Amino acid sequence: MPSRAMTGRSGALLALAVLLCSFAASGRASELFVSNEVDDTVTVLDGDSYKVIATIPTDQRPRGIIETPDHKAVLVCDGDSNNIDVIDTKTLKVIRRIDTGPDPETLATSLSGDELYVSNENNALVTVINYATGKWITQVPVGIEPEGLAVSRDGRTVVVVSEETSMAHFIDTKSWQVVANVLVDTRPRVAVYTPDQRYLWVSSEVGGTVSVIDPRSHQVVHVINFQIPGVDKQYIGPIGIQFTADGRTAFVALGRANRVAVVDPGSYEVEKYILVGQRPWQLTFSADRSRLYVANGLTNDVTIIDVSSEKAVKSVPVGRLPWGIAVVP
Amino acid sequence: MLALAGMSNSFVAAAAAGPAAARSFPIVYLREAYPGPGIMPSLLETNPDDLGLAGAEEGTSEINTTGKFLGVHFKLYVVTLQAGADVAAQARKVFAPGPAVIVADLDADDLLKLADAPAARHALILDIRTIEDSLRQRDCRANVFHILPSQAMRTDALAQFLVEKRWSRWFLLQGPTAQDAVYAADVRRSAARYGARVVAAKSYDYNPGSRRSDTGYQQIQTQMPLATQIGSDYDVLFVADETDLFGDYLPYNTFDARPVVGTQGLVATAWTPAFQSYSALQMQNRFQQFAHRQMTERDYGGWLAVNIVGDAVMRGRQTSPAGIRAYLRSDGFLVAGFKGEGLTFRTWDQQLRQPVLIAQPLMVVSMSPQAGFLHPDNTTDTLGFDRPETQCRLAQ
Repeated sequence: MPSRAMTGRSGALLALAVLLCSFAASGRASELFVSNEVDDTVTVLDGDSYKVIATIPTDQRPRGIIETPDHKAVLVCDGDSNNIDVIDTKTLKVIRRIDTGPDPETLATSLSGDELYVSNENNALVTVINYATGKWITQVPVGIEPEGLAVSRDGRTVVVVSEETSMAHFIDTKSWQVVANVLVDTRPRVAVYTPDQRYLWVSSEVGGTVSVIDPRSHQVVHVINFQIPGVDKQYIGPIGIQFTADGRTAFVALGRANRVAVVDPGSYEVEKYILVGQRPWQLTFSADRSRLYVANGLTNDVTIIDVSSEKAVKSVPVGRLPWGIAVVP
Repeated sequence: MLALAGMSNSFVAAAAAGPAAARSFPIVYLREAYPGPGIMPSLLETNPDDLGLAGAEEGTSEINTTGKFLGVHFKLYVVTLQAGADVAAQARKVFAPGPAVIVADLDADDLLKLADAPAARHALILDIRTIEDSLRQRDCRANVFHILPSQAMRTDALAQFLVEKRWSRWFLLQGPTAQDAVYAADVRRSAARYGARVVAAKSYDYNPGSRRSDTGYQQIQTQMPLATQIGSDYDVLFVADETDLFGDYLPYNTFDARPVVGTQGLVATAWTPAFQSYSALQMQNRFQQFAHRQMTERDYGGWLAVNIVGDAVMRGRQTSPAGIRAYLRSDGFLVAGFKGEGLTFRTWDQQLRQPVLIAQPLMVVSMSPQAGFLHPDNTTDTLGFDRPETQCRLAQ
């Protein structure tokens, strides 16, 4: 029996090795990159099996994480090291560090990927960086504790929300001036344009709401509230927001309520609450948008939601305090 | 003494009012130059002159960042009364321009004198200093809102933590002051609420004498075991020493090997410089940059009070103390205070409803309410005097 077991295991290992080699040759399947805030690592998960492919050491306090438009790199903000780690998506190694100024929390790229927009949480700034050279193009003063960033599809506007100031700041990318400030509910975290670009949704973690802003008039046109039977109102802390490509469904992660809300963007009705791990913050779709990945900060795992059935399929362990997820096809 | 020249207590447009001119909103920070606490037992403890005020100043600068985008400017007028000043008489000067919003860094007696001054009737007083239960119970006032957790909220917060740990047999060691007696009564109340037991209780009248001496620890090393030798078993020593006479001498000096909790040792507090969750880290960094020292609980109170005013004016669109008061009591109000949930006021005693940190000197150990303690309306109301228990009757 022992020898059979041994054979079985080494056989499996061999099969895995062959599998990995074939991926390396033909390009691997989709992968998830999860930033682990207190581990100083990024966990790489296989997009089919959800097995850990690699654990990449980063600089200190990795939080905001995105893929570049060409998918060649994953960029991660290292808040306590004042830089961005550039992870090569082929070699899964940090190949470069970009100076960001103090305490970068989240980042976004321009449509072309030529420019990076970084929110400097401690300095109330958005730093604009040339990705190729790493040189700073400008710094834009915004409200206190800037966090989530959104880029309009025409590339003309970058929106940043500031947690302490409770505002969404609209920045013109030609002049780099703040052109509008919209007061939302307390401690906004994430801003996302609807797929048709008609609205900007902003989640307010402590306010417990999502504000829907008309980006032309800069007015809040609707406020979405959440009510969950048996859950105290103060535990409902909306953060991550994602829309399906057709814009017909929105998913909102609710923090300490341990759920992801399914919202109809037409009626603003909450259709369903999906139970996930503890304190879900950021959400990301799989490359084909059939699955939604949820980073659960307190249970150190990622919940995988099947988008069509709106059900949690499974949860997979990652590092400690998973913050965000980038997906490379 | 009173530096209120040019202040108007109503929401005024700036002198050169153009379309973009910021409207100015005054906030008065009222404090008294009380005699210091004297020498503290530990050299690590300090008593900065700007305790509380630095928090209010940092808070003012932060709400002015929001205000800058909305055309509102908040100005903090600092009024320092001389020690022993007649607060009621001084109140007349403070309120001479009209009803004001006051951040009160005053002790319990002075706070009541201020609140009861006829001129303060339509004022809004945000108390950032007291923790006394009495001010939330029989001595509550309609024009006063309390920012820091009461004594009862603190013992409840510790009690939940201890019960969660199954450390439910307590030895209560009570100091000599009236506030120690109130705290001790709160300990007994919390024990009864949460299924713990005070298995032994003792009064201890420690006379501090000279706090600094070359060999003082040798005396302490014999005195504290004597004070704590009780001949019955217990899980934790719950100390009630509100004036810091001896509580800090207890850890590691008890007769039995037991942890110390209460007013010293493991404490319940709204804030500690060690707290970093829920974006508190960013707050600690900002405060350190501004004040060049660590942020204390009273600084947090000052910061929060000013942010409450900022929220009422900018989000609640209130322009007068009376309007702000109504807003703070309404469902629309909520302020963020780095506790992972919005903080609101209890309408029955105008105490800020808030989770409470459980902390030892260098680390936050937990935050109460603890999981599993339930409440029909709001879990945070498991801390302190709940609506059915209140003795407060607010004159509307």
